[in-house]
Amino acid sequence: MSTQGVTLKSKEELIEKWSKPEVITGSDVLLRSLLLEGAECVFGYPGGAVLYIYDAMHGFTDFQHLLTRHEQGAIHAADGYARSTGKVGVCIATSGPGATNLVTGIATAYMDSVPLVVITGNVATSFIGTDAFQEADIVGITMPITKHSYLVRKAEDLPRIIHEAFHIANSGRKGPVLIDIPKDVSAEKTLFQPVSEVNLRGYNPTVQPNKMQVDKMLRAIEKAEKPVILAGGGVIYSGAHEELYEFVTKTGIPTTTTLLGLGGFPSGNELHMGMPGMHGTYTANTAIQSADLLINIGARFDDRVTMKLKGFAPHAKVVHIDIDPAEIGKNVPTEIPIVGDVKAVLQLANAGAKRADKADAWRAQVSQWKATKPNKYKDSDVVLKPQWVVSMIHETTKGDAIVTTDVGQHQMWAAQYYPLNKPRSWVTSGGLGTMGFGFPSAIGAQMGNPDRTVVSINGDGGMQMCAQELAICAINNIPVKVAIINNQVLGMVRQWQEIIHENRYSHIDLAGSPDFVKLSEAYGVKAFRASNKEEARSAWLEALEHPGPAVVEFVVRKDENVYPMVTAGSTIGEMLMGDSE
Amino acid sequence: MNRKHTIAILVNDQPGVLQRVSGLFGRRGFNIESITVGSSEEPGLSRMVIVTTGDDHTLEQVQKQLYKLIDVIKVIDVSGNPMVGRELGLIKIGAEPSARPEILGIVETFRAAVVDIGPSTLIVQVVGDSEKIDAMIELLKPYGIRELSRTGVTAMNRGFR
Repeated sequence: MSTQGVTLKSKEELIEKWSKPEVITGSDVLLRSLLLEGAECVFGYPGGAVLYIYDAMHGFTDFQHLLTRHEQGAIHAADGYARSTGKVGVCIATSGPGATNLVTGIATAYMDSVPLVVITGNVATSFIGTDAFQEADIVGITMPITKHSYLVRKAEDLPRIIHEAFHIANSGRKGPVLIDIPKDVSAEKTLFQPVSEVNLRGYNPTVQPNKMQVDKMLRAIEKAEKPVILAGGGVIYSGAHEELYEFVTKTGIPTTTTLLGLGGFPSGNELHMGMPGMHGTYTANTAIQSADLLINIGARFDDRVTMKLKGFAPHAKVVHIDIDPAEIGKNVPTEIPIVGDVKAVLQLANAGAKRADKADAWRAQVSQWKATKPNKYKDSDVVLKPQWVVSMIHETTKGDAIVTTDVGQHQMWAAQYYPLNKPRSWVTSGGLGTMGFGFPSAIGAQMGNPDRTVVSINGDGGMQMCAQELAICAINNIPVKVAIINNQVLGMVRQWQEIIHENRYSHIDLAGSPDFVKLSEAYGVKAFRASNKEEARSAWLEALEHPGPAVVEFVVRKDENVYPMVTAGSTIGEMLMGDSE
Repeated sequence: MNRKHTIAILVNDQPGVLQRVSGLFGRRGFNIESITVGSSEEPGLSRMVIVTTGDDHTLEQVQKQLYKLIDVIKVIDVSGNPMVGRELGLIKIGAEPSARPEILGIVETFRAAVVDIGPSTLIVQVVGDSEKIDAMIELLKPYGIRELSRTGVTAMNRGFR
């Protein structure tokens, strides 16, 4: 991938170059500190309050800066970078509107525990509180959606604050940290001395679990006749996919992975049951409802997984492994709480884990459900089916792409029909459900993974929420492959209005959207349109082979629904099977 | 079962820390009956005392969520053990000279104090647990309460806890 032709120096060279104590401006301190924290690519948008920072970046080539076309694009890109690499994503915006445009992205990362360091400029300290031009209290605005935040008052505090921010963002339960830098602080000169220690009395995440609790879990497994593992994003975030594989293989427990846990366990495995919850598989939902032991590994019992809480896993003894103690017992009463990092917990558990011997009949039952009730749809040779499109994308990328999605029906179809076998290959906004996330997050994922194919699956609604970032793909030749599943409607809302509001379709018609092929071409991105299987496959293959970014619009019918579906107020045992029956 | 809990929180004395703590209560739907903040035994740390109502599950969530704030050093469920809880109330009442002896009688019984005497008003200062202040207010109501200000409870566990 040729981006802006920047040759990055080796990390050691950079550390040597930038660690020297020197009197420099706050802006230079910021850049040096970011480098020392390992930043490779920063996404941002300049403005008045960050002028000094951007001035310091003039001619600076030791990390890349990608100029997006909207701050929301910048933060979603940083998010996609972080989710797909495990490193901290960094973005920069100016004060006021620049900062407030980041809010949705911060909330998105917060809900899904994604490590970001978000840098905003602010008006000079003497103007703070005066309703100055482009002033917004971004620290106050984002307090509920950041893991922590800083308003920097002196340039000399910057090295410590930046080091702490990276540490907080990417440890414990990960999350976004905001650093708000007033303009005078970014201009102020100070003696820069790198900081390598963190001294935070109020922050000591529990990594190593209590062994007694882990032993309790192991004993419960030996007794269980119908055990189920529910694995979430925590498996991926702690890098515990191998440990999970070992644990499942040793114990022989059927496993379901949540939307954020997809890729944490190989989907082809005989013990994998697919996704649970609102659009989960028959097998996963039925297994949870029948289970006598439910082991939650790094998931948070989100309401889209549990649906109606009263009646969720009614027969199960619950084990909950989570690095965040506040998640344990928050929604589901838990008999065996285990606080710790998923990887550390599973390593300890694997040392003593034995096969769940009493569960042979259960494993047979689960296999039978899997065989008789797989996710299904009615295919057609006349009209293009979105599920078929996703399957075709899976087949042509050999299941090996990084897939980012937007939010809605296509997201669920992607989760159902793009089975994943490795972690950090799935980038989707689960908790906040942010439309507009899919496409810019793919740009970040591609920047972090220049050697992998990155596919972004979007709907025609969400694509229009951040379509402007096509520009940066074209300008920097970022070879993201964008699929737009165009059903000319807000599909998930349509589905709810059909099923829950008795076909009263209210404000969901997206007819009159731009011609996506022309739109892409206007930005200088190669584009195709397909309305049948033959066109779809050949356009998609051509897009994959194209060395740069490419967009393929798949025109599908509007009245396709996502099944299975559990409606609000029902337990996950009560699924509408629709076409999949 | 809902009951009253008194929680002490040791926090970094940083700008915005009160907003972090009170904001957390607000957005998670935990109620704050009273809140007091002041310096603690350690320079750089403040102690907040919050009185909240909820069941045991809520109390557990409050504590766990508070610990997630980086500026929170320690959370203590003070009411979980024998404690001393004290509040100060200032009560300004209408008090013509003729009514004053009677009022002073009440004040003395409560071991409260009159801290200001105006031409037709008195300010009574009362210190004690919340119930004592409630009782004092009840007794002074007939004289006409012009202004009332309560500090909220500050609290500490008894003995070596």
